[in-house]
Amino acid sequence: MNISEKLYRRRRLRNAAALALSGCATVFGLFWLLWILWTTLVNGAHALNPALFTHSTPPPGESGGLANALFGSLLISALALAIGAPIGVLAGTWLAEYARRGRLGEFIRFLNDILLSAPSIVLGLFVYALVVKPAGHFSAFAGALALALIVLPIVVRTCDEMLQLVPNAMREAALSLGVPQWKVTVQILWRSARPGIVTGILLALARISGETAPLLFTALNNQYWTAKLDAPMASVPVAIFQFAMSPYEDWHALAWAGALVVTVFVLLLSLAARWYLRRAHVAHD
Amino acid sequence: MALALLGAALSMAWGGREAFATFGWKFLISTDWDAVNHRFGALVPVIGTLVTALIAMLIAVPVSFGIALFLTEVAPAWLRAPVASAIELLAGIPSIIYGMWGLFVFAPFMAAHVDPWIDAHLGSLPAIGIFFSGPPLGLGMLTAGIVLAIMVIPFISSVMREVFLTVPARLKESAYALGSTTWEVAWHIVLPYTRQAVIGGVFLGLGRALGETMAVTFVLGNAHQLTASLLMPGNSIAAVIANEFTEADSELYRSSLIALGFLLFVVTFAVLVVARLMLRQMERKQGRA
Repeated sequence: MNISEKLYRRRRLRNAAALALSGCATVFGLFWLLWILWTTLVNGAHALNPALFTHSTPPPGESGGLANALFGSLLISALALAIGAPIGVLAGTWLAEYARRGRLGEFIRFLNDILLSAPSIVLGLFVYALVVKPAGHFSAFAGALALALIVLPIVVRTCDEMLQLVPNAMREAALSLGVPQWKVTVQILWRSARPGIVTGILLALARISGETAPLLFTALNNQYWTAKLDAPMASVPVAIFQFAMSPYEDWHALAWAGALVVTVFVLLLSLAARWYLRRAHVAHD
Repeated sequence: MALALLGAALSMAWGGREAFATFGWKFLISTDWDAVNHRFGALVPVIGTLVTALIAMLIAVPVSFGIALFLTEVAPAWLRAPVASAIELLAGIPSIIYGMWGLFVFAPFMAAHVDPWIDAHLGSLPAIGIFFSGPPLGLGMLTAGIVLAIMVIPFISSVMREVFLTVPARLKESAYALGSTTWEVAWHIVLPYTRQAVIGGVFLGLGRALGETMAVTFVLGNAHQLTASLLMPGNSIAAVIANEFTEADSELYRSSLIALGFLLFVVTFAVLVVARLMLRQMERKQGRA
């Protein structure tokens, strides 16, 4: 009796301790989130002013903004999406519709999963060796290509998964009406899987808008406003990197402002993606 | 896609051939890194990468397990969804933000409060003392490891949470009916059932920690020296490449950096393959059940 009571108490104590620790772990995780967001917000808000969006990056000691970097980021990201998303959707469709089972499909899916979590700096080096080195100079196009390599696996994955969720009855119904396969894909499958695919593309955009490493040695950086795709181009993350590493106070402030802009953009995008997906789900039910 | 991956490996090996050819196997074990005299060795960055990733995993794995446990078994239902999405937002923050935060906020904090304490209390211990003694710089292996841990926690914990949710309620209910405590259910039922996927998730986080560039570049201190102390600045493969690639002035210098990239690629590729295989096996199991 005495022993069993002791044992019981020990088990209860251990349980309480473990549960308390798991609660602490969660608080620990959230604590960093709040701390990081807080510092970004406070430091970024100080440096936030209209000049940020209207002036180009300054030399040290002068005031300026990030206009050229913002423009560069937008252009490179848009180009990366334009390259990566269509290929991704097509590859995802192929995986889900034509290679759902079978070795080749499985193998490609496996490779895609690995590419999905491959370090971005490695992808940057790859593009450097493939595009920058033969061309002899850095270019915005190479940067976009590196980012497209990040977009691709994300879009393939979500497209594949979303198409697999489309009920087979829909395919059969359409095919039995004599609709050709390509029309089934374009007009029925894509339409019903659209919320998921759009979400995937939005998430991919969120991911690349903060990517720095691959841009360092593909698009490089540029002090001036440019829209030329075959020349080096500024982007916000690279500008942040350069400014934060510098010893100048006013460059630090600009870096924080850039960080705030990027963070807010990314968080809004992922929230929007989530909201869009949820709304679509509700509409279907 | 397969072509892209294969091409990446080949082009890296090709780009790094000059470095490999010049230094042979000594490239892997040499600690030299001398841009002026064109002598390069990979040992310092390789060890830096491994050590920071190891510190990160030591911190991140138990914490992630705690978070996953909390979110699946402990927390009241209304708390689960918001906390889970908050943790996932943490995963979405670009790594450069972590880096800036680490450089401007966390490193000074470490230098002012944590490093002196570690130096004073752990630095004088025999045997393990050399790992913990050093000047309070704030930048260094330990700081980088902690920042990495913060970065990979969301990845690992969301994988763990998802696989914990796949454990059949029948199994858990049977254990509870026999009088198990929540902890005993988690440790003896949930964890063994999901073991493979949990390990897969951990490897996924490891792959991320190994390849992470920007956050580490900021806080590691970029010093080409081999020290035992975790408080001293070091270097990692990704950080070296990011810092020095645009400054590399000779063909050999550049080639050495690409060779480093190739090493990183091989290591992370192996880690990710293991991770995916384990997760895949879990999916099969689920399909059977």
